[in-house]
Amino acid sequence: MTREVDRDMTDSLRAETISFAGYGGEEIEGYLAQPLDQGGFGAVVVIHHMPGYDEGTKEITRKFAAHGYLALCPNLYSREATPGASPDDVAAVARAKGGVPDERLVGDVKGAVDHLYGLGSSNGRVATIGYCSGGRQSFLAACSLQLDAAVDCYGAFIVGTPPEGSPLKIGPIDHMAKDLSCPLLGLFGAEDQHPSPAEVAELEKALKQAGKTYEFHSYEGAGHAFFATNRPSYRPEAANDGWERIWTFFGRYLVGN
Amino acid sequence: MCTYQTQSVELRGSGKGQAGWFSLSSASVYFDHPAHYSAEHALNIDFLNLDGPTPSRVAVELDPISAGHLARAILEAIKATEPVDSR
Repeated sequence: MTREVDRDMTDSLRAETISFAGYGGEEIEGYLAQPLDQGGFGAVVVIHHMPGYDEGTKEITRKFAAHGYLALCPNLYSREATPGASPDDVAAVARAKGGVPDERLVGDVKGAVDHLYGLGSSNGRVATIGYCSGGRQSFLAACSLQLDAAVDCYGAFIVGTPPEGSPLKIGPIDHMAKDLSCPLLGLFGAEDQHPSPAEVAELEKALKQAGKTYEFHSYEGAGHAFFATNRPSYRPEAANDGWERIWTFFGRYLVGN
Repeated sequence: MCTYQTQSVELRGSGKGQAGWFSLSSASVYFDHPAHYSAEHALNIDFLNLDGPTPSRVAVELDPISAGHLARAILEAIKATEPVDSR
């Protein structure tokens, strides 16, 4: 396995629910995982998928800490959440209300970035990674904020629009490629329809035209959500290779003082 | 894939959720990833009340063939009542 952090590390980490200032200064919930070794860590904002701020996403957040990164997953549905409600109930309400507005997303991610910068163990470098709808949001954040790296895992509607009748109030954002502030890693399933291979190719074209640094990988035999270990869509071969790409990419852009 | 295909329907009626009975305001109907049913996709229906301070929900996740049977059964069950949409 690629060793992305060149230091003697223990495997101790702490993971907990916190609150921090998101869009408009409003307090939102987040799940913070951090290594307990001596600091100088790169940081990652983990953007959850459309099914919400769930166990699977928290597991991913802890995985980054286990690999030597500070990781914070904002609950993008904090404003729709009610005490004791399960993540899938909250996600259903958020879906019915049209999803997360882009402006609010950028504000919440900026709040997460600022919180990570403020941790004494940060090395001052920060990236975003997002899955499903979070893939689009990772790209959106990287085009709106100054970041060091970004990863888009099968994010739909960077190119194209949701199907007619969908309550989701989002549109294409590939025109923002010129504003991308950092290198982008894209991981896609060749059998996915949202985004389709044609849409991935169109995004790649926009990045190329804008002269941006990017690295795209599309996996044959994989569709949407191939990283999701608790779903039938899980494709271990694609997911394992994808994780290696992520460690290499973050090792290049997030490690070091 | 995440299909993102969602139909929203206004409803009148009641549902029974975790906190007991509540009035329904709408349903989201979509073919997408289920949260619990073990399949890549399912026909999901969220019966919702979004009007109160605490949103309420009753959820079902059905395989598409079952969903078709259910839809036909509903139409058959209400056929004799000749319901009038007074909205």
